[in-house]
Amino acid sequence: MSFLEYAPAPESQAILNLRSEYGLFIDGEFREGHGTPFASISPATEKHIATISTADAADVDAAVAAARRAYDRTWSRMSGADRGKYLFRIARLVQERSRELAVAESLDNGKPIKESRDVDVPLVAAWFFYYAGWADKLDHAGLGANPASLGVAAQVIPWNFPLLMLAWKIAPALAAGNTVVLKPAETTSLTALLFAEIVQQADLPPGVVNIITGAGATGVALVGHDDVNAVAFTGSTPVGRAIAKSVAGTNKKVTLELGGKAANIVFDDAPIDQAIEGIVNGIFFNQGHVCCAGSRLLVQESIHGEVVDRLKARLSTLRLGDPLDKNTDIGAINSSAQLDRIRALSDIGEAEGAERWTAECTIPENGFWFAPTIFTNVSTSHRIAQEEVFGPVLSVLTFRTPAEAIAKANNTPFGLSAGIWSDKGSRILAVADKLRAGVIWANTFNRFDPASPFGGYKESGYGREGGRHGIASYLTSGTPARPAVAAAVTKPKTVTKGATK
Amino acid sequence: MTRLAVPKTYKLYIGGAFPRSESGRTYEIVSAKGAFLANASKASRKDARDAVVAARAAVGGWSGATAYNRAQVLYRVAEILEGRRAQFVAEIVDAEGVSSAVATAQVDTAIDRWVWYAGWADKYAQVAGNANPVAGPYFNISVPEPTGVVAIIAPQDSSLLGLVSAVAPALVSGNTVVVVASETLPLSAISLSEVLATSDVPKGVVNVLTGSPAEIAPWLASHQDVNALDLVGAGALDWVDLQIAAADTLKRVLTPENGPDAAAPSLGRITAFVETKTVWHTKGLI
Repeated sequence: MSFLEYAPAPESQAILNLRSEYGLFIDGEFREGHGTPFASISPATEKHIATISTADAADVDAAVAAARRAYDRTWSRMSGADRGKYLFRIARLVQERSRELAVAESLDNGKPIKESRDVDVPLVAAWFFYYAGWADKLDHAGLGANPASLGVAAQVIPWNFPLLMLAWKIAPALAAGNTVVLKPAETTSLTALLFAEIVQQADLPPGVVNIITGAGATGVALVGHDDVNAVAFTGSTPVGRAIAKSVAGTNKKVTLELGGKAANIVFDDAPIDQAIEGIVNGIFFNQGHVCCAGSRLLVQESIHGEVVDRLKARLSTLRLGDPLDKNTDIGAINSSAQLDRIRALSDIGEAEGAERWTAECTIPENGFWFAPTIFTNVSTSHRIAQEEVFGPVLSVLTFRTPAEAIAKANNTPFGLSAGIWSDKGSRILAVADKLRAGVIWANTFNRFDPASPFGGYKESGYGREGGRHGIASYLTSGTPARPAVAAAVTKPKTVTKGATK
Repeated sequence: MTRLAVPKTYKLYIGGAFPRSESGRTYEIVSAKGAFLANASKASRKDARDAVVAARAAVGGWSGATAYNRAQVLYRVAEILEGRRAQFVAEIVDAEGVSSAVATAQVDTAIDRWVWYAGWADKYAQVAGNANPVAGPYFNISVPEPTGVVAIIAPQDSSLLGLVSAVAPALVSGNTVVVVASETLPLSAISLSEVLATSDVPKGVVNVLTGSPAEIAPWLASHQDVNALDLVGAGALDWVDLQIAAADTLKRVLTPENGPDAAAPSLGRITAFVETKTVWHTKGLI
């Protein structure tokens, strides 16, 4: 028995009390949707978890109407202090039910329990706790005195951090005085529906939070609804683009959190042990299903061999398997569609001449899996260096000078995040200045905090979530809006796909 | 005996030079009473592209200048404008058909607006950025940075003030600008270009196109190397189409404003075209 062979240590599912069917959460109650229900499966076993309602256009109407009523009659009139107290309640309820939420998240999403338990769910609670405190301090959010809420926020979130993305969206929106209609991704609706129960336990006024489930069409109907004042979307750049087009000519305030192709730059003076761990965390955290993943490793040429050798050695110790096992490092790929995309892009990487290395590990019979993979000899024009793979696939490139590293790092239409590894503080500051990315990690990677603004440059979207900037996304300055020019024509809606980030 | 006047040839302002339109096209500018004032260059798609190239080339230097330096350069524009008040007043009286007092008020307001925005250059980052108290051993700070190249459709009913109100705030953070001037009132825009060319504004930081906004705007809205689009003066155009075109590259977009308060001075016009960069610096354990 090698040191990697442990006895299975699965987290018990007994803590879950799931229903076999879930409806839509509208106006404080669950009700059946009018669309065709769909099954949510575990990506690790392909076993059925629950049947979930699909919201059609009429259901979207009902949800938006409920949110509007709650906004007009209750939430926009409530004191900030009271709004804050509701959010504090939610934060505490999330903490109390944290193990249950973590198990449900790992079951439904496929991510390792150690990540849902130690990262996702604690951050969810932290997000509500942080924004709860903002609710009665909006005068200090940077928009002048008496900033106004926007109204009803339409929020569409991806499948990679289902509950965490919900928290990123709902907490600041409610703190600022908006009501919300949120649509989780089709493959990961479960924890949003458990959150609806928490909303009930917190006794939040009906209609303040509405959660509707379904695929892309539901999201299109929600984002395009005439009575929506704000749109917040996290997902792929193509869908973000379509949303930006669909809201053109309206007064909807939009936040878009889209794709990325982050450069993780390792200089030859980097603290190498920490850098190896950071590279692994940067791209193999959450199976690489991370918009800000460090998917392009830029290594200074002189240490390329050492870094690649040590990475391979480290990856060979990662354990792939049951997401609910406490010793699992790499869980399941979220869906067969995503697995197909990862396979396709990896095959293209090989076909274009990059050298492929895959960690040896046993792939379970059922479910969707992809072993950690590294490509070396990658050039900037390769598709695996340009396109978001959104999986556990790392492209390794080299550089000689800081200027070359900066040029290569910025050579992408994306601009979400970047990493810098060096022992030299002045170099870190200078390089950070030159990188065109919204979040930069120096000698660390993939850190998230409710106090820290997150969001991209260029085609990674606009607006910020987190921190003071995140609350400002859901507010408008207290002075009357400038005289806008009415759009002459109503444009056809062009959104065609759901969140697939 | 009266002296025969020397009329000015109005050209474009691209990359610090004053070229004619590559298309060779001009169009007649007439006074409010219909009298011929000048032939203005009618910029083409190629001119717009050249302007974007010049603007992109200028981003590094302008955004890399210290905020104190940008403030002084912008303030110097106001100084030079002040010295040429009479020229602008006469131009506006001719073009807009307003009284000298009204034209003077427009010029003075425009000068004062440059001064106001100049003062923001080394302060806005302190207002728009902040340190973030994250739960861990990190020094975490969010700072605003210019988004890059900003294309502007200037207010169409104003010779100078509308143009200044849209251009100055975009420059404060270090963006460079391609601006399409008022179609019917473009002469002051070219005179302002002469002010910019003889102040300390580096070449390419401001590029001024005259001609048809309806013709030029779509090329700027869809241009891959333009980061943001200010449609403040595009109210009469099919601006929703421009906003849709801009979405292909996810440009930051400001929508049209009408009336005398269009592009009113605000911090928001500066922060509309900045990006927030958040850097996590690891603290050592000691």
